[in-house]
Amino acid sequence: MNNNLKKINIYAIYLGAIILILPLIAFFINAFSFRWFYPQVIPKELSLQAWVRLKLIPKPGQRTFEGFIELWASNPAVIKALLNSLSIGFLVTIVSIIIALPASRVLGLLNFRFKKLIIFIMVSPTILPPIAFVLGLNINFISWGFSGNYFGVCLVHLVPIMPYVVLTMTGIFANYNPDFEHQARTLGANKTRTFLLITLPAIAPGMVVAALFAFLVSWSQYLLTFLIGAGKVMTLPLLVFSTASSGNPALTAAISIIFIFPAILILFFTSKFVSGESGATSGFGKI
Amino acid sequence: MSKLNIKNLIKSFPSMDRPAVNNVNLDIESGELVAFLGPSGCGKTTILKMITGLFQPDSGDIILDEQSLLKIPTEKRGVVMVFQNYLLFPYMNVNENVGFALKMKGVDKNIIDQKVKEMLELVKLPDIGLRKPKQLSGGQQQRVALARALISNPRILLLDEPLSNLDAHLRDEMRDLIVTIQQKLKVTTIFVTHDQEEAVLLADKIALIFDGELQNFTSPKNYYEKPKNIKAAKFFGGVNFINAKKHNDKLSTNIGTVHYKGENYTDLNEDNIITIRPENIKLSKNNDFNDNSFKGLIKSVIFSGTHTRYKIIVKDLELECSLQSVGLQDIKTDDTIYVHLPSDKIWAMNE
Repeated sequence: MNNNLKKINIYAIYLGAIILILPLIAFFINAFSFRWFYPQVIPKELSLQAWVRLKLIPKPGQRTFEGFIELWASNPAVIKALLNSLSIGFLVTIVSIIIALPASRVLGLLNFRFKKLIIFIMVSPTILPPIAFVLGLNINFISWGFSGNYFGVCLVHLVPIMPYVVLTMTGIFANYNPDFEHQARTLGANKTRTFLLITLPAIAPGMVVAALFAFLVSWSQYLLTFLIGAGKVMTLPLLVFSTASSGNPALTAAISIIFIFPAILILFFTSKFVSGESGATSGFGKI
Repeated sequence: MSKLNIKNLIKSFPSMDRPAVNNVNLDIESGELVAFLGPSGCGKTTILKMITGLFQPDSGDIILDEQSLLKIPTEKRGVVMVFQNYLLFPYMNVNENVGFALKMKGVDKNIIDQKVKEMLELVKLPDIGLRKPKQLSGGQQQRVALARALISNPRILLLDEPLSNLDAHLRDEMRDLIVTIQQKLKVTTIFVTHDQEEAVLLADKIALIFDGELQNFTSPKNYYEKPKNIKAAKFFGGVNFINAKKHNDKLSTNIGTVHYKGENYTDLNEDNIITIRPENIKLSKNNDFNDNSFKGLIKSVIFSGTHTRYKIIVKDLELECSLQSVGLQDIKTDDTIYVHLPSDKIWAMNE
């Protein structure tokens, strides 16, 4: 590549990073400040007040180890929502991958009639506005007793998640050579061991990417949780929205940090799989 | 040491209008090295996959040592297949790849290490145990795949196009290695190939398969000297075919009466075809042969090193003859010539 072009590319990446990171810095300052108003460039006074109000940090004078334990054990709303978001996220991620595994294997390895139509139907939740299908779903969910509970929320999260998971994993299987499994079978491995020792290592990188998509889509889900959960299942996005509408910027910033922190953490640990250099979307096929 | 019987094997695929394997019967003796030979898509690999259990036949049976394999799952058949592209497991090193089958059997780790070492020595790759498959050349991968297949003493070894992905010089080396190991271990071996030369050089017996049907199953020598039908003869480079009619102990053809000494005379139909290898035809400018001698005209002379090829027109028939170039009579295009078809070298077969 041309050297100048390379430089421009690198600058463009820096620029992109700055655009993404700058608001986060503002967030951070806001979360630890007290009444930061225009036209102050930096806040006059730093404070943990927002965190105290969220009941994540004890009031001044109680900030001992026991103080923290006692506060967190009192089950503050933020921690409850955080645990809900995390557990729903993990659960639907696992379920979506188990469902997608056979489906994407068939879609990736075989050619058959109406394959494109089936893929289109499966992808349709990403095109349809969520409000369109969730209103219809809500009626059914109420009559089935899935409305306003944890199970119903998990179930409805699967709707926007499945397209991403199935498509990502179909990509893996499109480059996957099932003869490796046959080879293992003739060498004496039964079906279970063949899956664990041969199939799983080949598709694992791609599965991590699919899981990442699944978790992040579930993690940021507002509308579906709001409607199907009927206010009884509180997750972080719901809490962020209700806090933001209360109009306290420090509080909103603090809770937003809690909201984005796990996502950044997960992205950080899985980024090596997401970059094109890994075997994420190739399986054994290209090796 | 296992003998394999394939009985009335049939397999169809929805995407094909003829059966992929059509009523194949084969009896393979213990310790034999057998080639499945045929053009690509003729069903030979399909038969292999049915022997391993990766495909189920529509009907028929596969019997190993008097026991049907069909109800036995792949991993318990003792049939190991080496795929065309070797398929070494990429996340395991060479030692782990070779030891895979023993690990699946739950063999003690020390014994596995010992056996892996022995196998790698057998395929002449003693010092590469810690490498990953990606770091090996194609020939080395092939040997490792062979070692991996042989480590558990399989009852049947199946090789799918074992030489097709190798360079010419590696191919000779690998061929010798396969024969040496096969003779040493006496493992009943079937390999698939589309290359008749490869089949002739390696195999004790060749099963010739066209369009899912077994044409013939016999020794390589017979394919040259006593082919069963015209298709088989052509596949092995037969070029001379003469229509004949059975007539009082002799065969009568367009070019004249032919004396025939083949042992299959009584099996011949009224209408049959005579064939003779180009290298078995004799030529002479004077008619100094006793029988089966016909007058013809040289159409072309092609010098090709050790041999010289002649095309001869005898009446309306074109025959091809190949003679050793050393000590040849001076024969030129348009010469009149006598063509001799030795009665013990011609072979007649039913149409």
